[in-house]
This record gives sequence, C-alpha cells and structure tokens, in this order.
Amino acid sequence: MAALDKQPVTGAGPLNGLLTWVDARFPLIKLWEDQWGKYVAPKNFNFWYYFGSLSAFVLVLQIVTGIFLTMNYKPDAAQAFASVEYIMRDVWGGWIIRYMHSTGASAFFICVYLHMFRALLYGSYRKPRELLWIFGMLIYLCLMGEAFFGYLLPWGQMSYWGAQVIVNLFGAIPFIGPDLSEWIRGDYVVSDATLNRFFAFHVIALPLVLLGLVAAHLMALHEVGSNNPDGVEIKNQPKDPKTGLPLDGIYSHPYYSIKDTLGVVVFLIVFSVIMFFLPEMGGYFLEYNNFIPADPLKTPPHIAPVWYFTPYYSILRAIPPLFNSQFPGVLAMGAATMILFLLPWLDRSPVKSMRYKGPIFKSAVAIFVVVFLILGYLGTEPTNVWGQFGAWLGNADRATVVARICTAIYFLFFILMPWYSRIDKCKPEPARLTW
Amino acid sequence: MQAGAGEVDMVSAALKRFVRAAACVAWLVPLAAVASEGGPRLQTAPINAHDLASLQNGAKLFVNYCLNCHTASYMRYNRLQDLGLTEAQIKDNLIFTGVKVGELMQSAMDRKEAKDWFGVAPPDLTVAARARSSAAGSGADWIYSYLRAFYRDPARPTGWNNLVYANVGMPHVLWQLNGQAQLHEEVFPSEHAAKAALIATRGVALLEETHETKDGKAAFVLKTLTPVTGTQSAVDYEKTVTDLVNYMQYMAEPSRLERRQIGFYVLMLLGVLFVLVFALKKSYWKNIH
Repeated sequence: MAALDKQPVTGAGPLNGLLTWVDARFPLIKLWEDQWGKYVAPKNFNFWYYFGSLSAFVLVLQIVTGIFLTMNYKPDAAQAFASVEYIMRDVWGGWIIRYMHSTGASAFFICVYLHMFRALLYGSYRKPRELLWIFGMLIYLCLMGEAFFGYLLPWGQMSYWGAQVIVNLFGAIPFIGPDLSEWIRGDYVVSDATLNRFFAFHVIALPLVLLGLVAAHLMALHEVGSNNPDGVEIKNQPKDPKTGLPLDGIYSHPYYSIKDTLGVVVFLIVFSVIMFFLPEMGGYFLEYNNFIPADPLKTPPHIAPVWYFTPYYSILRAIPPLFNSQFPGVLAMGAATMILFLLPWLDRSPVKSMRYKGPIFKSAVAIFVVVFLILGYLGTEPTNVWGQFGAWLGNADRATVVARICTAIYFLFFILMPWYSRIDKCKPEPARLTW
Repeated sequence: MQAGAGEVDMVSAALKRFVRAAACVAWLVPLAAVASEGGPRLQTAPINAHDLASLQNGAKLFVNYCLNCHTASYMRYNRLQDLGLTEAQIKDNLIFTGVKVGELMQSAMDRKEAKDWFGVAPPDLTVAARARSSAAGSGADWIYSYLRAFYRDPARPTGWNNLVYANVGMPHVLWQLNGQAQLHEEVFPSEHAAKAALIATRGVALLEETHETKDGKAAFVLKTLTPVTGTQSAVDYEKTVTDLVNYMQYMAEPSRLERRQIGFYVLMLLGVLFVLVFALKKSYWKNIH
C-alpha cells in the first residue's frame, strides 16, 4: 500500500490534512517536486530566460479570454463582424477581453520568437535537448495554425482575404492542390462553412493539441534539465556537500517562481501600455482594413498578413513562379519553417553557447537576425515599397531583389551551418558558470 | 548584491544588443516614409474627445446628414448618453426613424435601392474612423480631409468629385454649408518644384505625376481646391466638419476614453506590484551567489 509509505504533507497549514489525503491517492507531491518544486535549475538565467514562462503565461491568458469571447461571438458569416463590435460595445468589459486577446496573439509570438532566439543564442537545442526543441517547434507550428484560424473569426476584409490567399497557397501544390484547398475551405471560396470550421479548429482542436505539446515540452525540459547562458551541464558537476545539489544549481521554487513572477509583472506593464493605449499598434496588431466587414466581391489593393507571418510571406513572394505555378514559393515558405526542426543536427560546434562560439558563428547569427527582420518588414509592405531599379536591372522592384537576397541568406545560414560551425574558432567552455 | 549587479549588466547588455540589431534595420524607415508618399496630403483633424459640446453637435450633424443614406448599425442610440445627453433628449432630438432608444442606428434607405442609385451601397460608418487609418494619417484625419475635399466635376453622375477619394459615388451632402469648390491644377516640370509648391499651399492637396504632356515627358500636377464659402464661412465649416469627425471618432470606439482611464490605473497598480515583487525577489535571492 503506497498510501502507508508516504509522509504526511506539511507546510500547508489547514490544508495539510486534505493534501495528505489526496497525496495518498494521487502522486500530487511527486508531480509537484518533479516538475517544479524540486527541479534544479542553473543559477545564472538572464533576460532571455523570461520568455519561456511568459509564453506559458500568455497561453493561459489567451485561453481564459478566449473562453469569455466565445460566450458572445457568433461564428456566422452574417453575424461575425457585428458580434465582435457587440463585444466591443454592448458586452460589459467586452472591449478589455477582446483587446487582451488581440494583443495577446501578438504578444504570444513576440515571446515565442524571443524564446526561440534564446535557444539559438545558447545552443539550447543541442544534445540532449533535441526532442525538447522538436516539441517546441511543434508548438510553434501549432501556434501559427491557431493564429491563422483565429484571424478569420473577426470576419473583416483582411481576415477574409488573408485566409483566401493562404488557403489558395495549398492550391499551388501539384495534382492534389485544387481539391485540397477546396477541402480546407469546405466551399469554392472562403465562406460561412469555412468560418464555422475555422472556429472549431481555433477554439477546441488546436488548443487541445497545444496544451498537450506544452505539457510534453515542459516534461522533456524537466527530464533533461535547463541549459544556461554558459552552456554548462550542471548535472555533471560535483554535488555541494551542504545542499546535495549540483554546485551551480538552485531549486526552481522559490527562486525562479519569484523571478518569473517579476518577469510577468514587467510583461504586464508593457502589455498594458499596448492594450490600453495602442491596441491597434499602428495597424500591426489590429490591421486597419479589418475594421471593414469581409466583402467577397471586393479585393483589397494590398493584402498583408499580420506581422508574425510576414518573414515567411516575404520568402513566398520572393521566389519567382515556375511554369506559372506558385508552388516553388510555397515550397520555400514551408522549407523556411521546417528547416528549423533540423537545427540540433546542423549545429556542429564543439560548444553550445554563443559566449564561447567563434566570430563566424556570431556573425552568422547577427546577419540572420537582420535578414529575418528585413524579411518581416518587407512582408508588411507591397513589393514596390522601395521603388524600382533602373533599366540595368530590368526595372526590377528593389524590395523584391532585397527579399531574394535575404531569402538566400536565410537558407544559407542553415545549410552552411554544419560547415561553418565546425571550422569556427571557439573558446573553451568553462566547468562552472561565469554569470 | 553581486548577483543583482551581474543581472542588471546582463539585461543591459542584452538590451544593447537588441538596440544594435534594431539600429541595423532603422535605415529602412526613412525609405518607407518616402515610399508612402503619393496619396493625398491629409489635414490633421483638430478634434478633442473631451469636448462634449463638439461631440453633441457632431452627433446632431451625423443623424441629420449621414444617417439618411449610411448606417451605423453597431451603435445604439442610448449609448449617446456617454456624450452627456439624456434618453429623452436622444429620443426627442436625434431619432427620426421612430425606433426605440435602445436600438441600433439603422438607415431608412433600402440597401438594394441605394446600390442602384449610387453604384455602391453607402458603407456602414460605425467604425469608419478606425478603418480609414493609414500611414498617411489617422482615420479621423482622413474623414476630416475627405469632407473638405469635394469639388464640382460635371463629368461625374452626381456632379461632385473628391480630391481625397477620387470618383467617389457619394455627392457632397454638406455642399450648402461648404459652397461649391472648383479644382485648381498647376503643372510643374520637376518634382522638386511641385513639392515646394505643395509645402507652400495650405489645406488638402494632391500631387500627381502625369505623362500626358505634349512631348511625353513626365510632369507634376498639384491639385488643390479654390476657397469658397456656403451658408457657413470657411472657419465655421471647418468647425462643423471637426465636430462631425470628433463624433465619428467617438462612435468608432465608444470605450476609448474609459480605456485610457482604466489603463492609467492599471499601470499605477502594476507599478506598485513591481516594487513589491522586485523587493521580494531581491530578498529571496540575496544568498545566491
């Protein structure tokens, strides 16, 4: 009888009895200690390490606000737009919930992008954390789906035409494309049927998958242990005779519990400045055209996806069509995301962290960041945004040429990584953390 | 203490790195600003969301002039109590269609007929002030400029055209107040001269490149409107449009002022929370080296 072997729960005051009763019947204390309470983490987490817990925080925020939005939202082509305005005007506190959700969508991507960048900086995807990275990538893909399905729901012009454009991308796949995109839409064009199924995906199917993946991501993390800015494996360190923990390890609780709470407070300050004072964020978080109800007969002159998709959208547009088919662009866009899955095996550097990597890798990452930002910016603008080159370059759009160069660099960063990461002149990794 | 200092260093180093990365792309911004030129030059709407008299006058103008053809079908009449009006005042002065005060601002015009008459059904105006925002100016600026940019054009079915919205289907509903402006075109051989003239003019203006000169060379046309007066002086008409735009800005997001007010308190509260959590974190971490 396992119940008899367990120690009674202490330290919970009047709840001790109840928790002891539960713990005798459920691995409550074990779960808590394995996953957080007695999880040993390196001491030297810096700024970049806030974005994991912040992503989890935003996920909860999105789910809670999403539940309240569904109470008044109507997934019906004739009523969707009006129901969003109903939430903004007639539902008590509705505008707060809606702005939290719309700002939260962008905040989610900001946190996730910075979280992924942290992994790139400190080699957090390297052995034994490959599966952890893969779970993370699956979360990222799932999040993109979630954002795409959710963006149709307000049923504004950009919702409608953005969905039309993206679903049509599937139509570019040879042979099965047209049938596939029709199958996704449930109609010949984006319509009420599409809205209903996107609603189902957005509010139940993908959130379920997302929660499962987040649980797997966290369990994998707590199995292999956290990386740190020095790339030192604290598990291999000798144990401190006093505490029994690795020399550079501390318990997550209370140390990172309180530190991450501080991160959440700072995040909420930034978040509140945006949602209360700049909810549209200059048209990037809420696109101006989306305040016009969807009109299937009126194509907007310039269709831009929301900012978090724009680097990939730029790549799509940069690839010229082949035999009148957009398929190469679609393929490149898909490859641009999928190649990230391979990162643990592309990086052959003897060290994990950027701190000890050589000048080549550091420059490569710096260039990659700039290229990613340029692609992101160009994706929000029409291709003629920078005018044209002269006749010597066939009057090509400057922005398209820049996007093509950036696309090439984007892929070269990954494709050449096995080579340049190996020849790079690295500094030796220390045995202890250096802060 | 040491741990704390190291952490601050790391945050500032990370921020520095971020700023450096941002600076790398900052050179794109002026290029983008140059690229976004080309549309009409909008006037900044001198609106004040706290001016209740202006908002009430704007509501009156809106129901009198706009609501005959347009709808504001996400807005309820009784919401106008935000503007300091009572339900009775709203019912007696602002509702012409006999609906109850809790109902939405619908139009008496049939949508299908409207489409036949104007070529396109007049769009709903509830959130127009948000939808019309762009890099060139806020939605309020756009509407403010648009309502001051009508001119006589015998080539159009309604007899009216607009500098901000070329070949718009809508006639100049406020023409009696505004008067009947004429289009004034001035051709310049160089873009430089045209831009100098643009800066020298006041009001709504549109600078266009044209290739229709005799020798086929590019020329630049600066389009402005002749000053006119209707039943209102130019100054009074500006005030009329300002009030109307002020109201439309309010109607696009009735919770706007409340949003900022609540936001202010939320930030104060979070500021206090930050101090407390920061102190708590310091005290927990003081022995971690």
